[in-house]
Amino acid sequence: MTEPPPPSPTTTQETEVSPTRSVLTPFHGYFREWSVAVALVSLLVVLRFAAPGFYQLQPLLSLLTRESPTLVVTAGIALVMICRHVDISVGSVFGVCSVVAGLLWSRHWPAPAVFVATVTCGGLAGMINGGLVAGLRLPSIVVTLATMVTWREGLRWVRQGEFVNLPENAQWLGLAQFSGQLSLVALSFLVFVVIYIASEYMVGGRYIYAVGSDREAARLAGVPASRVTFLTFVLLGVLTGLAAWMGVVQSPQVDPKAGAGLELKAIAAAVVGGVAVSGGRGNLWGVFVGLLLLVCVNPALTHLHIEAHWEKAIQGGVILIAVLADGWRGRFR
Amino acid sequence: MSERLLELQQVTKSFGAVRALKGVSFDLLPGEVHALLGENGAGKSTLIKIIAGAHVPDSGIVAFHGESVTDLTPSRARALGVACIYQQPALFPELTVVENIALRLESLRMFRWIRWGDRLVSAKRLLKQVGANLDATRRVSELSMPQQQLVEIACALGVGAKVLIMDEPTSALTRSEQTLLLGLVKDLRRRGIGVVYISHRLEEIFELADRVTVLRDGESVGTFRASEVTEIQLIERMVGREVTQVYPTRDGSCARAVLELESVSCGSSGVHDVSLVVHAGEVVGVSGLVGAGRTELARVLFGLTPAESGSIRIDGEPVRIHSPQSAMKHGIGYVPEDRRRHGIILEMSVAANITLAVHSRVFPGGWLRSSAETLLASQFIEDLGIKAESPEAPGATLSGGNQQKVSLARWLATQPKILILDEPTQGVDIGAKAEIHRIIRDLARKGLAVIMISSDLPEILGMSDRIVVMRQGRVAGILPGGAEARTVMAMAVGPVGSILRENS
Repeated sequence: MTEPPPPSPTTTQETEVSPTRSVLTPFHGYFREWSVAVALVSLLVVLRFAAPGFYQLQPLLSLLTRESPTLVVTAGIALVMICRHVDISVGSVFGVCSVVAGLLWSRHWPAPAVFVATVTCGGLAGMINGGLVAGLRLPSIVVTLATMVTWREGLRWVRQGEFVNLPENAQWLGLAQFSGQLSLVALSFLVFVVIYIASEYMVGGRYIYAVGSDREAARLAGVPASRVTFLTFVLLGVLTGLAAWMGVVQSPQVDPKAGAGLELKAIAAAVVGGVAVSGGRGNLWGVFVGLLLLVCVNPALTHLHIEAHWEKAIQGGVILIAVLADGWRGRFR
Repeated sequence: MSERLLELQQVTKSFGAVRALKGVSFDLLPGEVHALLGENGAGKSTLIKIIAGAHVPDSGIVAFHGESVTDLTPSRARALGVACIYQQPALFPELTVVENIALRLESLRMFRWIRWGDRLVSAKRLLKQVGANLDATRRVSELSMPQQQLVEIACALGVGAKVLIMDEPTSALTRSEQTLLLGLVKDLRRRGIGVVYISHRLEEIFELADRVTVLRDGESVGTFRASEVTEIQLIERMVGREVTQVYPTRDGSCARAVLELESVSCGSSGVHDVSLVVHAGEVVGVSGLVGAGRTELARVLFGLTPAESGSIRIDGEPVRIHSPQSAMKHGIGYVPEDRRRHGIILEMSVAANITLAVHSRVFPGGWLRSSAETLLASQFIEDLGIKAESPEAPGATLSGGNQQKVSLARWLATQPKILILDEPTQGVDIGAKAEIHRIIRDLARKGLAVIMISSDLPEILGMSDRIVVMRQGRVAGILPGGAEARTVMAMAVGPVGSILRENS
């Protein structure tokens, strides 16, 4: 019974709105992601001319390998933040999983068993966080602060700062260093892409966005909000376990302090990449670009002959600019 | 005549296209209780917000003590002696009584020392004045509702209020607490304070008020001396609006019972002993005042606050509804009130919003397919006439009426047997309203059982095959579709003349 709209407004709409829309559509709504990408590309271009040494294969591969566990953790933490929560215990969980992996390996468990045990360990830690946050409706910042301290201090009490020595064939899984590094980088990229696709194209991913946007509205739409929150934390735990395993195989020893500061790095990457702390907004490819931007700062400084202790200050500046941009955009929208 | 404390002349106020007040005049004398009466949405709260300085009127005069005040702000109003007491006390629950009173009384300067000793003394004096027998050092969260209201009144006395606005102050109180509060209001009147008193309870109004002003659709229908008017006359004035809108014809072909409730209660959310049968193809309107337990009943049916006792049968089978998921499994859909907040997810696209409740069915295996999603969404966009730029447009970009249709589409996509609509046309413009009514009627014709909660009395009368009137969490009565407005209103307001009168 709705009458077709009169032709004149439709034409005006088409002539006025459509062209701008069609040009801007890929950028529209992804302003943040694209501006971070532009920043990253600019940095890479500057390095291309100012410090060609940055582009040597081996140092670059080493950098990516070193950061591959961070990438995996960042994928998980971005989802937790999209779900309007935060997890600051990932660094400690990473440490616990690393030590567990090291101890099992030094007791000559077979490599696949070590892998499964490490990932399970991370998953259990995620279940504890998720259970407290989703089940008891406690604020995630407080819950994960408690688990962060507990795991870290527990680890110190058990290990007394002692390193775990790994058996001969553990480093690079017995592969040559180059192929080992390549495999780890490939694995981290693969995991990230899988999580990205799942977040965009799976029902569960959609649910995470819905719960993060408005938990009550999602619940009223029949979304099992508590279960979604719980599983998001478990996923982060599993990914942290995986990341710990990826860190362990990079060196002949396991440092019990492994993972210190990891949570801040991952959260920073997510924020820079456009994940809103208020939940429901953000995109994993933006987070990927955000992380790359942050990890490129340090080698860029080296190659540009700026003193390395500026690294943290510059990273902090990048985060601040990102947040300021959000505030500015929010005010003028 | 004594000087008027407050006078409003031909005050108008619009919010966008909605004209909340269309030239209302009102005045208040010292030592008078002047009641404001009207249906939900008649303009009462807009009026008191103008007096309190929270809204600026578009035109008209607001005068205090005979002097016209133009740029009235909340702090200016407070300085002129206006104090408000709302249904829910607006105190800081984690602070003590003294601290709360001190915060109200001290001027709002950040760096000023508070002399707590003096404050305690004056707080105690104020509490004594209102007859509150409570320890001023207790935290407000530990106090009962009426005690908190006493603290509010003590604050009002402390700032030397001349005009006290009370917005349904007794709605959260028990009978004996109400009597106490009414006694206190009479005492305030004796002190020469003018009280603007809003209540739905006619019994209170007859007990307390010197004059009554009835508002309807943003207009003043008249001011009456309480002693010269009857209950029936007031109700008629409240609802006297003509049904200007044309509603789709009812068929009222009631077939089999789909939903049967038998003394369903959920004490914690205030639903008591509700028995009700809803048939296929029927629109059951649920009417009642704000706080009568209508939304609470819907939340029980949808499993958000599961029933604590009683039985629910769907298609004759006894069921337990303990979560929204189980409600959905039994074919119940719920379009919530307050659509901006809960009806749709503003950040998500129209298509995602429409398919949100059917994800697991439309996407077997858990993978979203945009083709399936767009197909389903565009079908509803066409069927319901949703005006959106595209199915991918974020929900926030739609108008209120179209957001409501998206919320409706989401639940139609679940192919429910029973659809609960909570205030389906609140804040929706006239055109979209008529369209939503037509959609609801079509759905009923196709055999859906519809439960429609509404505060819009003409809507209830025009749409319902049967009308359930709720009062204080209970079913006050069930009326046939063609019932008269005043019958419904009288049932919702409750009988006049009771304990209160005996006590006075």
